[in-house]
Amino acid sequence: MTALRITPMFAFGSRRALRMVERNLLVYKHQWLGLLSGFFEPFFYLLSIGFGLGRLVGDVAGPGGQTIPYALFVAPALLAASAMNGAVVESTFNFFFKLNYDKTFASILTTPMSPADISLGELAWALMRGAIYTVGFLGVMVVFGLVRSPLILLTVPGALLIGFAFATVGMAATSFMRTWQDFDLIQLVILPLFLFSGTFFPIDAMPEGVRLLIQLTPLYHGVDLLRTLSVGVVGPDTLVHVAYLTVMGLLGLAVVSRRLDKLLLK
Amino acid sequence: MDDAAPLILARHLTKRFGAFTAVDGVDFEVAPGEAFGFLGPNGAGKTSTMRMIGCTSPISDGELTILGMDPRRQGADIRARLGVVPQHDTLDNELTVRENLIIYGRYFGLPRAECQRRADELLEFVQLSDRGKDLVEPLSGGMKRRLTIARSLINEPDVMLLDEPTTGLDPQARHLVWDRLYRLKQRGVTLVLTTHYMDEAEQLCDRLVVMDKAKIVAEGSPRQLIERYSTKEVAEFRFPAGVQETLDGQFDGLGDRIERLPDRVLAYADDGEAVVIAARDRGLHPETVLVRRSTLEDVFLRLTGRSLIE
Repeated sequence: MTALRITPMFAFGSRRALRMVERNLLVYKHQWLGLLSGFFEPFFYLLSIGFGLGRLVGDVAGPGGQTIPYALFVAPALLAASAMNGAVVESTFNFFFKLNYDKTFASILTTPMSPADISLGELAWALMRGAIYTVGFLGVMVVFGLVRSPLILLTVPGALLIGFAFATVGMAATSFMRTWQDFDLIQLVILPLFLFSGTFFPIDAMPEGVRLLIQLTPLYHGVDLLRTLSVGVVGPDTLVHVAYLTVMGLLGLAVVSRRLDKLLLK
Repeated sequence: MDDAAPLILARHLTKRFGAFTAVDGVDFEVAPGEAFGFLGPNGAGKTSTMRMIGCTSPISDGELTILGMDPRRQGADIRARLGVVPQHDTLDNELTVRENLIIYGRYFGLPRAECQRRADELLEFVQLSDRGKDLVEPLSGGMKRRLTIARSLINEPDVMLLDEPTTGLDPQARHLVWDRLYRLKQRGVTLVLTTHYMDEAEQLCDRLVVMDKAKIVAEGSPRQLIERYSTKEVAEFRFPAGVQETLDGQFDGLGDRIERLPDRVLAYADDGEAVVIAARDRGLHPETVLVRRSTLEDVFLRLTGRSLIE
């Protein structure tokens, strides 16, 4: 977070942002079942693809060339994809709804809370939820014996970083959205990222041009980051992944901080 | 700030949305403890003015000072001392009645225990104590309005901004809201409200400005406005369908002034009864006749040529 302090272009919001987290905690006191749903998505994928399909696939080559069961290959990728999905849904559809229809934000803006406080608070809440899901999912991996290295614990901050990168960019994109139709574009981006970022099969299986293209996209870096961490093979690539996602998140944040007042104060 | 200084001071206040000017260079001041109203039809610029005062809408031009502060730089500090009741209910539908009040207090940075204490007190004040644990959605329109008023009081504001506080409420609910606002006024809270109901303006406002087409067209107390722009009394004549169109010229010279509305003819005079007699002498046979005192509706009609609610 030191980057926030030295570069004023990213600095916005205040401690009041925590009140948004408090509000969401109050809301989920009534709907705690809704909170669980985010956990089941990667869990069901793991059962179906990881173990179901994994039975047909058998062992595959993991990071660093070691042979690992397909379930272990796919589990961290599912975690990365679900961090992306959760962040995108929260920062696009839900954010847009609260901005334009729900009027909750409108009422909060009549208090000392600023647009930046609200956005930062919503962002923090989305990341906290993501962290809970990640820990839950790691628990499942432990139960199914998919743990090879203590470094797997680092997938928790890793997943948070993925969530941060996608949530800020999602929020920035939402600030340009005018109608619900615009959101079809988001699906058009998210689905191929989900399917082709090395999530279900190694990108080596792709032609070279496609492979290079994939290496430029964000979820690839997220997937590979969590996969290398969970089998404990870290190297210079790991740093590249972290740097990519950090820069992406900060760029999103910079756009959001410039657009927010325009968006909320009319 | 000394008592004589206005709480709110606007000079040439302007709000533009692209090429459209919603508020066009208005001047007004609101004194501490005063109940001040913006009266005007929909689209006159009342809500835009209120939102600028509430520091949720940046001003386009002119000067605005609220509680001695500048909304451009001290928006959060100003909002901390305002209580806002927006035109449409903006209650948090995912929370209960009591939670709505508590979390709102938290947005103002109040300690949790204090929020709980005030929430209970305010629920009592707006007669919703028995609904505290219910979600917001099943509440009636009047109850939601009262809850919104309670919510706006959680920070013990110096100024309340009420945008059409009773629009859409049934008469009973309106009177309950008026009663609560009147009590607040007695406690010294400054009320700033918009309305297109003249009876509401007459009930609540010490002083008001009439807005039309983004401008202020008159200013004064309800009584002053009526004295200045209308006569003491009004005689209202209604004719059977089809007859009124045939009455060209027949009212000329009756009273000080004649207004012909689609459904009736209004004759303004200090002695309404005399006008009725004079009309009968001219052989006019209205279906019904009503002599009443002038209201702000008549002032508005005079100033703009249109009714408040069309």
